Amino acid sequence: MDAEELRLDGNAAAGLLGEVFPFEMTTAIGTCAGCGRAQAVGALVLYRGGMGAVLRCPSCDTALIRVASIRGAHLLDLTGTTCLRIPGEA
Amino acid sequence: MLSAGPTPRTRLDRWDSVVEGEIDQPRRWTWEEFRSLPVEAVTKDIHCVTKWSKFDTSWTAVSVDTLLAGVETSAEYVVAYCDGGYTTNLPLEDVIGGKTWVAYEYEGEPLEPAHGGPARLLVPHLYLWKSAKWVRGLELLIADRPGFWETLGYHNRGDPWGEERYAGD
Ligand SMILES: [Zn+2]
Repeated sequence: MDAEELRLDGNAAAGLLGEVFPFEMTTAIGTCAGCGRAQAVGALVLYRGGMGAVLRCPSCDTALIRVASIRGAHLLDLTGTTCLRIPGEA
Repeated sequence: MLSAGPTPRTRLDRWDSVVEGEIDQPRRWTWEEFRSLPVEAVTKDIHCVTKWSKFDTSWTAVSVDTLLAGVETSAEYVVAYCDGGYTTNLPLEDVIGGKTWVAYEYEGEPLEPAHGGPARLLVPHLYLWKSAKWVRGLELLIADRPGFWETLGYHNRGDPWGEERYAGD
């Protein structure tokens, strides 16, 4: 009785994250607030359903990034990410 | 309801159901104890915020009134918490008075893990994200504490008839 939800590779979030961040987010390195592991956003596990998208740590399932797209706005929660390392121009 | 995470699979011998928080003595039921509580056959329509409804769904469930029977509390809010870390908040008014259940069978069969088994909250008068899958406890609170979707732009109460989808509706 519940809606279908997709479990995807974090790289599948590239389009959505590209609407939120002005840089390539899937290659940014996020540190998990749950277990401390640092990994590329593209290596997280994406759960994408009708209410929002959640990128979780493949080790401990902590939600590092949550995005809901509501009435033309994106609502973003990064409380599960203690640090985000964004590669710059060399 | 969209929990946006992996499906937990808690063994029944490790499962319990708890009522805690603003209560003189926390209450806890093992699976066996929970299954010996009075049950109700509940047939209700359910409504998802993503704009689908399903009519006449039938459940075997324990009323939250049974879990809270005799409780004296100054709490006005409840947070349901779940295996997998999901939470959702409700006014106490919305979980008492025969409106809310903890369900463990769907259409006469044990509730499958994908649909929230072994047990899920059933709050048919609110949007389905309030019917928390894999529910393990209710925490009674003096002050409201918004849950997983309520902190990400969804409505704090989620009444389908008021079309309370998003914060500010
Ligand atoms: Zn982690």
